[in-house]
Amino acid sequence: MTTGVEGSTRWPAITKDVAAFPVQPNLLDYGAARRDFSWDQARQELAGLPGGRGLNIAYEAVDRHVAEGHGGKEALRFVKADGGTRSLSYVDLAGQTSRFAAVLKNLGVGRGERVFSLLGRSPELYVAVLGTFRNGSVFCPLFSAFGPEPVRQRLHLGAGRVLVTTKALYRKKVAPVRDSLPELRYVLLVDAGGNPEPGTLDLAELLAQAPQQGHAPPGHDIADTQPEDMALLHFTSGTTGAPKGAIHVHDAVAAHYATGRFALDLHPDDVYWCTADPGWVTGTSYGIIAPLVHGVTAIVDEEELDADRWYRILAQQHVTVWYTAPTALRMLMKAGAERAAGHDLSALRFIASVGEPLNPEAVVWGQDVLGLPVHDNWWQTETGGIMIANYPAMDIRPGSMGRPLPGIEAALVARDADGKPVVKDGQAVLVTEPDAMGELALRPGWPSMFRGYLNEEERYRRCFAGGWYLTGDLAKRDGDGYFWFVGRGDDVIKSSGHLIGPFEVESCLMEHPAVAEAGVIGVPDPVAGEVVKAFVELKPGHQPTEDLQLEIIGFARKRLGAAVAPRLLDFTSTLPKTRSGKILRRLLKSRELGLPEGDTSTLESPAGPAVALQDRP
Amino acid sequence: MNDQDARQAVGAAIGKVAPDVEPEDLEGGARLRQDLELDSLDFLRLVQVIAETTGVDIPEADYPAVATVDGLVTYVAGHG
Repeated sequence: MTTGVEGSTRWPAITKDVAAFPVQPNLLDYGAARRDFSWDQARQELAGLPGGRGLNIAYEAVDRHVAEGHGGKEALRFVKADGGTRSLSYVDLAGQTSRFAAVLKNLGVGRGERVFSLLGRSPELYVAVLGTFRNGSVFCPLFSAFGPEPVRQRLHLGAGRVLVTTKALYRKKVAPVRDSLPELRYVLLVDAGGNPEPGTLDLAELLAQAPQQGHAPPGHDIADTQPEDMALLHFTSGTTGAPKGAIHVHDAVAAHYATGRFALDLHPDDVYWCTADPGWVTGTSYGIIAPLVHGVTAIVDEEELDADRWYRILAQQHVTVWYTAPTALRMLMKAGAERAAGHDLSALRFIASVGEPLNPEAVVWGQDVLGLPVHDNWWQTETGGIMIANYPAMDIRPGSMGRPLPGIEAALVARDADGKPVVKDGQAVLVTEPDAMGELALRPGWPSMFRGYLNEEERYRRCFAGGWYLTGDLAKRDGDGYFWFVGRGDDVIKSSGHLIGPFEVESCLMEHPAVAEAGVIGVPDPVAGEVVKAFVELKPGHQPTEDLQLEIIGFARKRLGAAVAPRLLDFTSTLPKTRSGKILRRLLKSRELGLPEGDTSTLESPAGPAVALQDRP
Repeated sequence: MNDQDARQAVGAAIGKVAPDVEPEDLEGGARLRQDLELDSLDFLRLVQVIAETTGVDIPEADYPAVATVDGLVTYVAGHG
């Protein structure tokens, strides 16, 4: 895969002068931190529910700070479209999330039942997440740019009982499929304005009727969830089949806290900005939970990426720690270094990035333009939190994802010719020599590890082999223990940091009346890492015209949304297939990129594709 | 370029980048990101298509001025 960054010698290491840092990093000595760390000890940093009733993320993130006398501190600061801000303090959050939990309770929504959101980054979203935890229910965020089909599929698979959304999103993406979602009992509109759509409820009205918390001690009304109770459901895509709902439990908060401390270097006085949308796991784990558990002030931009706006936010809000993504950084690079000029970024002291491998140019660009190098880190939906990272006090090797967090054991598992992990006598065979490739694997047992895929035990089991969790990413490790991403070990596409399952896209394309068959791959893109490209075989009687090309892309965008639908589409007369009829996406990709095709002995139709139209007219 | 040509060019460019957008949704006040749901990659491509078809380059500094259909039409008409 081309987004992979190889060659550890081309870019000089970026060294650090820790003594000159304005704030002493939490992790000073990597070796010592790893040696002295244990998850049991990390759990001791949490408060736990008062009276030893259990563990609930909402208490750790909100009420704990109120109980400790910091209720007046600014928890969330929302930057509105016009650049103005509105804030919620920790005590505000306690009150509002308590009322939201009361609304759920009044509706009869119980422990373990799923509450979904389809919302922009508004205060209502943050209140809904934490209010759901308070009620002991399970939160599942959806990305508001999803089309109706991904929304329907996830609500269905997750057996969503409640959906919190806006009038416009409901009309556009949920109303048309509502009939097929019998489990979805309540749709709560945040902007009903006293006039909810048929089949929905006015959230503001329900909140107004809910009881106030009054003078009761903080957290008294929080459900007494236990560490292994389900808290979050995050959907992610695989190579085949429907999206999988990764289950996370309240115990995960121990990892959110510890990783926020080491990999994001959060200190109590920080103003922290995570640019990820809570529709994806980063925006929940590190856009909501980690900063609030650390009691910092978190910035939320209600708008989309815009270079000038982002520099203004960094400067005007005095952001100290910034967690963003390669696609965003590359867009800022594209906009030009001069845009950063004139903005006072002196408050900024640490920048991290996640979503896909960060190219060395972006790491160094950070140092040149923002005055700080960008620290890449690695994790995925299933891991729930950062697993491998570059730390403030550790030298950066540009292009490397860094070294495993304290408490995390990472290794490379050998793969056989079919890409299967090599297991001998029940133990995975590990690749131990420097700079050799294997599948990145983690030793199970950290608190934010997923506890299952909802209703899919078999798929969960297949993620483990010989005592390791297999991540699906191929990587190398250099002689000093730095990990380097090489590529995905499967056909999953990574675009703008989001995983896209090719099967999901192919299934949608095949619903178009002109499409006989479709194969979908990721192709390199300078900004997004990869973008989705479809190869389509037409049914007899349909001509490969530009109009049809646009029609099919439009068809897919309507159903899947812009984030998931193909951006490029070629017609072909011969999709490469195995004799059993399975589309060989890897071969499609080799051909597209002009790479060697490898072993084609199992191929059914080895002729190359007849491309009738340019993908970018 | 007159307003009508600019509107046609903008409509065609949006149709190319986001063929899911229905012609009736192309109201003047429609915001490209929020109402027409173009994401940031779509937007970059739209800027590219506009440059190819009309010769009008939109520098990043002017992006706020082209956030709506009308804004984009006025910009293309004024610079083309």
